[in-house]
Amino acid sequence: MKIKFHHILIGLFLAASGCKKDNYDAPTSRLSGRLVYKGEAINVEYNAVPYQIYQPGFATKSAIQGTFDPDGNYAQLLFDGTYKFTIPANQGPFMWKELPAGTRDSLTVNLKGSQTVDIEVTPYYLVQNAKFAATGRKVTATFDIQKIITDANAKNIDRVYLYVNKTQFVSGGYRIGDGDPPSIAGSAITSMTNLSLSFDVPTITPAQNYVFARIGLKVAGVEDLVFSPVSKITLQ
Amino acid sequence: MKKTTIISTFALLLVTGACKKDSAFLDVPPKQVVTSDVAFSDPNLVLSILADLYNRVYDFSGLDNGWASFADFSESFPSENGSYYIVQRTGWDFGSWNTWDYKYVRDLNLFIERATAATKLTDAQKNQFIAEGRFLRAQYYFELVKRMGGVPLITKSLNYDFSGNVEALQIPRAKESEVYDFIISEAEAIKGLLPVNVSEKSRATPAAVLAMESRAALYAASIAKYGATTPQVSLPGGEVGIPASSATGYYTKALAAAKEIISGTAGNYSLYKQLPDLSDNFANLFLDKSSSESIWVEDFKANGGKTHGFTTNDQPFSISDEGLDAGRLNPSLNLVEAFEKLDNSYAPMATKDGAGNPIYYTDQLDMFAGRDARLAGTVLLPNGLFKGKRTEVYAGYQLGNGTVISSSDATITQDVPGLGKVQVVGKDGPVNGAEFRTQTGFYIRKYLDPTVGSGRRGRGSDVNFIRYRYAEVLLNAAEADAELGNYAEASTYINQVRLRAGLTTPLVLTAANYFDRIVHERRVELAFEGHTLFDMKRWRIADAVWDGNSMSVADLVANIGKATKRSTQPFGLWPYKYYNPGDANNGKWIFKEIKPSPVTGSNRFLLGNYYSRIGDDVIAANPKIVKQPNQ
Repeated sequence: MKIKFHHILIGLFLAASGCKKDNYDAPTSRLSGRLVYKGEAINVEYNAVPYQIYQPGFATKSAIQGTFDPDGNYAQLLFDGTYKFTIPANQGPFMWKELPAGTRDSLTVNLKGSQTVDIEVTPYYLVQNAKFAATGRKVTATFDIQKIITDANAKNIDRVYLYVNKTQFVSGGYRIGDGDPPSIAGSAITSMTNLSLSFDVPTITPAQNYVFARIGLKVAGVEDLVFSPVSKITLQ
Repeated sequence: MKKTTIISTFALLLVTGACKKDSAFLDVPPKQVVTSDVAFSDPNLVLSILADLYNRVYDFSGLDNGWASFADFSESFPSENGSYYIVQRTGWDFGSWNTWDYKYVRDLNLFIERATAATKLTDAQKNQFIAEGRFLRAQYYFELVKRMGGVPLITKSLNYDFSGNVEALQIPRAKESEVYDFIISEAEAIKGLLPVNVSEKSRATPAAVLAMESRAALYAASIAKYGATTPQVSLPGGEVGIPASSATGYYTKALAAAKEIISGTAGNYSLYKQLPDLSDNFANLFLDKSSSESIWVEDFKANGGKTHGFTTNDQPFSISDEGLDAGRLNPSLNLVEAFEKLDNSYAPMATKDGAGNPIYYTDQLDMFAGRDARLAGTVLLPNGLFKGKRTEVYAGYQLGNGTVISSSDATITQDVPGLGKVQVVGKDGPVNGAEFRTQTGFYIRKYLDPTVGSGRRGRGSDVNFIRYRYAEVLLNAAEADAELGNYAEASTYINQVRLRAGLTTPLVLTAANYFDRIVHERRVELAFEGHTLFDMKRWRIADAVWDGNSMSVADLVANIGKATKRSTQPFGLWPYKYYNPGDANNGKWIFKEIKPSPVTGSNRFLLGNYYSRIGDDVIAANPKIVKQPNQ
């Protein structure tokens, strides 16, 4: 059969009318925010601390899952509606409010257009005033630790680590150097201020004259670490 | 006239043919469906239904589950381009290892109910079939509970009444301990219903039932005891976690079940000792179908429709029956160095002397001499023998001045001063990134079939997969006994297994060393048998062994034999030919510890990995199911 002009017309018509009514628009409302304690961002490990967003009112109940960024940010594109935001049990280096029945508290968000909702949590500890300096290829960090939770729920420090990586993703699984990273045991910490750790950066291939570093604090009995903000350090 | 006759004959035929009753014409019994009354009237038909249920037994590692089911946990390296993700990921998804096959449970429940209701079978036949159905059901619940924790315990077929209300079908999760209790009580109930028969390996026997009971009770006991170290891994309703107070009771049951097999009342099982060479003997234990050690196996038959490709996938590259199909599963140095020396001491592979100079070996196999015989029985070492040929494993020439000459393939020759263009790497590897040949220096020997043609895709191999064997029963007994404080008796059990491996100096278990020793013994004896993950989980040390930190060589060679030794990345041990004419060591071999270059990730086992995720679809369909902890 020869292709005639009206065949093309019919084809075009079909293509143009084909994808109309049956498709929904993609969600456009952006729910974003960060993990904070009194306005201070809480830094966590990449892809380690999950959150869940439920939309109640439907027959089946399953969560929209996501994880916090290393700097504590999160963002989801959603449809407008009412959502409940929660963090699963035993996740994150902080306390999340428990309800008397043993279930997790949730935060109700009425989403109408894009919205910023910061998630206020109470961390066990915070790493503060972290400063990094390089002498040659040796990265030295000095920092303070602040104990936030001091009541019956208080926990001890397990270890404090210095992590160094080639990229901005810096944590136990994303770092340079093999074996144990430089660390201080919690039991060896006598003063919470002016602590120091250092690391000799091995040769990086391909060569780069800068690294990223941050301090991670492991609380005893809590899986996720709390971190200082990532800092870029130029090696001399 | 003629025409009339023919036409009338046809007409007559048509009329008589149509004279059937409507019901007789329409109600034709289907020929492709056998009703349950018919099926359960003949023991041979019941057996064919049962065969399907046996075939659906769910294994973690299995010879027909693909070679990759053996490959994880840094015990080996996957030498296949599409499988490097195993060593490049930084951990496991929460959904890993999950199973939720309630269709199988329903089929088992229906089988048990129909066999119970059958009228044309003898009582002996019925008892046997019912016991086998209950064994398979308990076995699958065991598989469920070790992956998922407490699950809905459904022991009869459920039917929907079309009322619109499904609440009666929504059954909540039982406690983890209740599922283990169910397995133990089922085992106790059916062990007497089955005939004792040592030569029956692929169907349920009293010994298979007891071996399952002993392992299940041991799992429950260790979760009760060591669960206390990870209090976060538990649920308030007991769906996950077992109270520490029940540990002693479970250990006692595990020991009693194991002792029943050891005493011989369930059949005369023993450790396999047939060949004078202890390594060959250990390898042959997995090849000999009539071995007195295997208790329950998944049987295969070449040219009979049930074969597997384990040998095809994992045979040495240069001895392959199938061209480029070979060498995928490479045991790691992490595992190899865990095999002790014959004086019961641990030592890393001696690559350098005290001064840091390389040690020279005349034969590559000299490096591994004086070790646990199970090493050469489990792992095909460099220059090891398979199908009458030796593997050729070396990574290059090392010259007197330290220069290494290597290439990317055995067929690519290089200039070696004084020798001209020569082959500089072994035909069997190792070369970084060269798939289908070893990249750690080792091949697998366990299950590798030396039969002619076993490595061909068409024929396949029919080596059995042993699910329960006598050595594990002895180790179960040793562990339970030691946990109960009877170190002297525990030592006699563990030493039987060690003696068979050539470790003649008896080991003395004490309160201080027993845990590390038991963990180590199970690791080397039961390597690649699907135990690693579940053992690490029940002892609650998985998060310490796979802690996500990358490893250095110093890390690798330290703390060998310690239960919580880090093992996040698989290492290799590469031989080099030393070339230095005039030197006393010319032509000898040196070895180097290498992390194969595809290994970029490091395993991290999160607390949320202890129990696999239950799918959202399951929870949506049954809101009574509670979620796993830490997820």
